[in-house]
Amino acid sequence: MTRIDAKFAALRAEGKKGFVAYMMAGDPDMATSLAIMQGMPGAGVDVIELGMPFTDPMADGPTIQLAGQRALEGGQTLQMTLDMVAAFRATDTTTPIVLMGYYNPIYSRGVDRFLADAKAAGIDGLIVVDLPPEEDDELCLPAQAAGLNFIRLATPTTDAKRLPTVLQNTSGFVYYVSITGITGAAAAEAAHVAPEVARIKAATDLPVIVGFGIRTPDNARDIAGIADGCVVGSAIVAEIAAGKSVDQVLAFVKGLADGAHSA
Amino acid sequence: MAEDGINSFMTGPDDKGRFGQFGGRFVSETLMPLILELEERYEHAKTDPTFWAEMDWLWQHYVGRPSPLYYAERLTEALGGAKIYLKRDELNHTGAHKINNVLGQIILARRMGKTRIIAETGAGQHGVATATVCAKFGLQCVVYMGAHDVERQAPNVFRMKLLGATVVPVTSGRGTLKDAMNDALRDWVTNVRDTFYCIGTVAGPHPYPAMVRDFQSIIGKEVRWQLAEQEGAGRLPDTLIAAIGGGSNAMGLFYPFLDDPTVNIIGVEAGGRGVDDRMEHCASLTGGRPGVLHGNRTYLLQDDDGQILEGYSISAGLDYPGIGPEHAWLHDIGRAQYVSITDKEALEAFQLSCKLEGIIPALEPAHALAHVMKIAPTLPREHIIVMNMCGRGDKDIVTVAKHLGFDMKV
Ligand SMILES: Cc1ncc(COP(=O)(O)O)c(C=O)c1O
Repeated sequence: MTRIDAKFAALRAEGKKGFVAYMMAGDPDMATSLAIMQGMPGAGVDVIELGMPFTDPMADGPTIQLAGQRALEGGQTLQMTLDMVAAFRATDTTTPIVLMGYYNPIYSRGVDRFLADAKAAGIDGLIVVDLPPEEDDELCLPAQAAGLNFIRLATPTTDAKRLPTVLQNTSGFVYYVSITGITGAAAAEAAHVAPEVARIKAATDLPVIVGFGIRTPDNARDIAGIADGCVVGSAIVAEIAAGKSVDQVLAFVKGLADGAHSA
Repeated sequence: MAEDGINSFMTGPDDKGRFGQFGGRFVSETLMPLILELEERYEHAKTDPTFWAEMDWLWQHYVGRPSPLYYAERLTEALGGAKIYLKRDELNHTGAHKINNVLGQIILARRMGKTRIIAETGAGQHGVATATVCAKFGLQCVVYMGAHDVERQAPNVFRMKLLGATVVPVTSGRGTLKDAMNDALRDWVTNVRDTFYCIGTVAGPHPYPAMVRDFQSIIGKEVRWQLAEQEGAGRLPDTLIAAIGGGSNAMGLFYPFLDDPTVNIIGVEAGGRGVDDRMEHCASLTGGRPGVLHGNRTYLLQDDDGQILEGYSISAGLDYPGIGPEHAWLHDIGRAQYVSITDKEALEAFQLSCKLEGIIPALEPAHALAHVMKIAPTLPREHIIVMNMCGRGDKDIVTVAKHLGFDMKV
């Protein structure tokens, strides 16, 4: 049982929805992003999704693309991202951390070495956008064997025939992408997403968390209400991009978390 | 080896879309069902005679195929060695080999009921070919082009606009071909139902590398019978040479000869200002290492942390930090050899082709020609080299004038 499994079991026992917050490691710099990360549990974040910057983030919109560019220009490396997690773990041993990014930096480091380092740093799960089930041998299966959750995206194009393939080696939770599109696009209506979530929940016992396009506490409440929780990314990253202070960013995050938890 | 009839170099990719360890399907879940559907529809079309009949008709009447296989007599004399043939794909409608592939993909898109076509382009040749075929069939066309390339290939931007396409200058990343491909993929993820992504080279997720190769293979198939016609039945080329950006014109020439062990195969990458650790080149095989980008595993220009580097080349069409996965495999198993040519060498070859043969080549095949110039003098007169003259140089006139210090006053 990973920290992710424990967290969702606890939320379920309390009858509460989960709130997942995304931020880019090293944006705008390592010290500031670590401070934001350290404040997230206090702001009500149940799971932290930590972005690993990549030069070619094919599934991301401009907001997260630019965050990655800022981090890379500041010299952020995969090692620094792992160090950041280790520093976070020095004071927080319970909040689940999911690394999210693209495969090449992991492949470049070497899968076995990466998994050992990630585990040692205190990472609980991985979301790797460009590794569909067809490429499970690359990282998904080795990650599960190393005791890390591998969280898969399900999307509106994941039809009934394909859903079992997507769910097969997924663990931790299922991340339902509510729109066809890139991060930061317009939000879907909760009423349209509800039947999709129900379809996935009928096929798995894993929590289903919905993301893409959620920006306000009201969106967060509405979407969390029809699932097991929701994810907010671009809206938080946009606050950081606007040069808000750590406290201001965390106040914004708290508003979203309160929204999701009120569902 | 291939002659025992059991092992062949022509059976790839496998059912996971791999050529050895290269290739694959490294895309987001949203796109996965789309590329599986494309694979299924392509597998069906490939064995459908009506599909190829439509292709053949258009290749002949719209593109002008077969393109000539031309004995370059003065070039041969001047270099004083091997006998040099040029495969004249620069005479195709739209001025390059790119349209061979575009026709195949657009016919497939029409059969799949898609109404909106998107493409990425570097030099603009693939964009122009896509815009052309979309105009012919009345399809909506959106072309993504790096902002930097929009500037250096202005005539092609205007051509695309005349042909009714929307050209989107890409400013994400550093605004080059790889960023254009990222934005095309982002468009596809957003418009999954009506949109067909027409990729311009033998890269991307499976089935693109195999599909684009199959469409471009018309080049090598023609060379086979054309050379036999001119040199006698059964005469095969001794050496094949082609320039490589992503590698589509090269794969098209090479593929039909992979199982002929006497045929030497040489791919020419862009050496820019020299292949060294300044990384001012686009020679992925000579200066890169394996990684995953744009849906496939292949050799990539990247830093120690797996971040993709921007290449550099005088030629916008070769300015890509990767290479098609089948080339990566042919390189690793040693069936083909890969070399690099600098900007300076390509410019010299460009001028030689103009002066000796009256052919203004694109800067891409000028790289291939520069390598011909290096090896032809060392080879005997009976040795036959076939080089792919895959594009004409109209689009490059301004760039070349600038490098040669000629003021075009434009
Ligand atoms: C004339 C010409 N040759 C070559 C290329 C490189 O592409 P490929 O390596 O796929 O043939 C281009 C690309 O734009 C081109 O326009």
